[in-house]
Amino acid sequence: MAQVLPAERDLRRVIGDGEAVPDGEVEGLSEDDLLELHRWLVRLRAYDERSLVYHRQGRIGTYAIFWNHEAMQAGSVYALDREDWIFPSYRESAIGLLRGMPVSTVLSWWRGHPAGWWNPLDFNVASICVPIGTHVPHAAGLAWGKKLRGESTCAIAYFGDGATSEGSFHEGANFAAVMRAPVVLFCNNNQWAISTPLEAQTAAETLADKAVGYGIPGVRVDGADVLAVYEATREAVARARAGEGPTFIEAVTYRSAPHATADDPSAYIDPARVEEEKERECLGRYEAYLRRLGLLSDEAAEAVRAEALERMREGIAAAEAEPPPDPSLLFSHAYAEPPASFESDLAELRRVLGA
Amino acid sequence: MHELTLVEAINDAFHVELDRDPDVMVMGEDVGRAGGVFRATAGLRDRFGPERCVDTPLAEAGILGSAVGLCMAGWRPVCEMQYDAFSYPCLDQLITHVGRYRWRTGGKMAFPLVVRMPYGGGVRAPELHDDSPEAYYVHTPGVKVAIPSTPADAKGLLTAAIRDPDPVVVLEPKLHYRTMRGEVPEGEHVVPLGEARVVREGHDVTLVAYGAMVPLAEAAADALEASVEILDIRTLKPLDEDALLAAAAKTGRVVIIQEAPRTAGYGAELAAILAEKAMLDLRAPVVRVTGYDVPYPYWQIEDAYMPSVERVVDAVQKVLEF
Repeated sequence: MAQVLPAERDLRRVIGDGEAVPDGEVEGLSEDDLLELHRWLVRLRAYDERSLVYHRQGRIGTYAIFWNHEAMQAGSVYALDREDWIFPSYRESAIGLLRGMPVSTVLSWWRGHPAGWWNPLDFNVASICVPIGTHVPHAAGLAWGKKLRGESTCAIAYFGDGATSEGSFHEGANFAAVMRAPVVLFCNNNQWAISTPLEAQTAAETLADKAVGYGIPGVRVDGADVLAVYEATREAVARARAGEGPTFIEAVTYRSAPHATADDPSAYIDPARVEEEKERECLGRYEAYLRRLGLLSDEAAEAVRAEALERMREGIAAAEAEPPPDPSLLFSHAYAEPPASFESDLAELRRVLGA
Repeated sequence: MHELTLVEAINDAFHVELDRDPDVMVMGEDVGRAGGVFRATAGLRDRFGPERCVDTPLAEAGILGSAVGLCMAGWRPVCEMQYDAFSYPCLDQLITHVGRYRWRTGGKMAFPLVVRMPYGGGVRAPELHDDSPEAYYVHTPGVKVAIPSTPADAKGLLTAAIRDPDPVVVLEPKLHYRTMRGEVPEGEHVVPLGEARVVREGHDVTLVAYGAMVPLAEAAADALEASVEILDIRTLKPLDEDALLAAAAKTGRVVIIQEAPRTAGYGAELAAILAEKAMLDLRAPVVRVTGYDVPYPYWQIEDAYMPSVERVVDAVQKVLEF
């Protein structure tokens, strides 16, 4: 049986504060790796910040902000192989960018346009899961199914602290553990489920403690430390590939932005606390780390940001250039072989619409 | 041909299909070591191994949710829900993912899974071992639903479901698992989804039924002097609408029999189609004989709930005398 590690109470950290807390390092990461991780963080940050603007400009619909969650996404994906599968929630809507998915695809998804459909097999990125935690069993099944086929593929499922209250999380985690499926259960604990704080979500001391009940290791990392996230995920993936089953990672951060564009957290979050958290947001901390190592100049940082913003400009232009979806798209993909009624329904619809 | 009970026919389908296609696997509670509480999966674990006939944790949403992931890994999982009324936790996965996933990938990914379960009453079982939940399943876009009424169809429809590129829910009349025997083709046997079956021909009145209500319709027809046409719907979705309209047009008088509660049940859909498309063929109102809009009752009073020969005969007399 898997060794049950007690949850590590202290958050694992690599990045110091430039003062009392010294910087650590992650063995095996080259300077190129460190800079590539930086590009990933900036790409996600640019996506998120521009999406908020696009929403305010009426160019995308309701959008789930992931500002200060970038380190959890980039750090964990960097620890995966290309064939490993990613199961995102809406908080990780743009995670496919790290696998080469076009910006316009993700923006189209938030524009409610079928151009936001993607083929998961193209990127090994599953569709964005909107209902909370219901994709955890999918990741368990994919990982188990790959293992049954003798492949070494892993899966990672992303979910928030609130999801750990859901039945699907429990059923998926238990399934994964029993089947010893090579899966990483990645919890981004930003301490808020819309307006519900963590202490109203669980009586457990830490979310990682839940792992004990499944007979799997639970670890806690600083979710704003991209290197700690990378290292913890790399260890979890190594365990998974070695046939030792799932690991639960609790990455702790603080939601420093509204849940989504339709949310006003001033009703329930202390703004002073948010400002405090913004001081230690993940991209700024990582850039400071790289600067201390002498790996990042102002010019280089600006160039990375400019490139990411250019991708966004191209992406929104491409998304907005999509023609309005034809009504036939209602019917064309619900079944492999559409029932006879679809043909008459579409004909009737076209007649009424005059389209 | 060999003569099998309905549950033996299901087991026969599994043996043939797991042998034919190495991607087909069976999963559920007690399906492996025990061979299923009704023995529908008996012998599969010994023959095909514990990785293709999997005893799962007791978790219906976990079973169907992990089946979604198994499809992504190239498997064709057949999930057993142990009982009709225990299947409801899986509705979350069915509604939010199983019926939508193909669509949200723009048709690029297939989810060829099957959910099958025993359904229906009359077996004198404890509460919640006897529901008729087909309407919940039929109402879910992106899934197909079949309900066999004979051993041959139980084998043929399950085989079609396993081979279908889309998710299919199969409800099996548990009352007839062992009480009904019939001729079943040996080897591969497919009853295509979407084709109703004329059980018997008649010219006075048409009884429309599916699953456990088909033998009841036959018993009622035997008790009547009128000439009765019986249509077995077999696939509730996609519905064989042509067969329904033809059977209605033939007699002009239709009685629909459904074990589930009346309101918004599947019979209401059939009646609505007849109202929309068969008005000029009808000579009497379409009448439904259904369960009542009450919780499925304890077994000492379930006979009062279930559609009976007497209630069907009464309904037929009403439409004949209209």
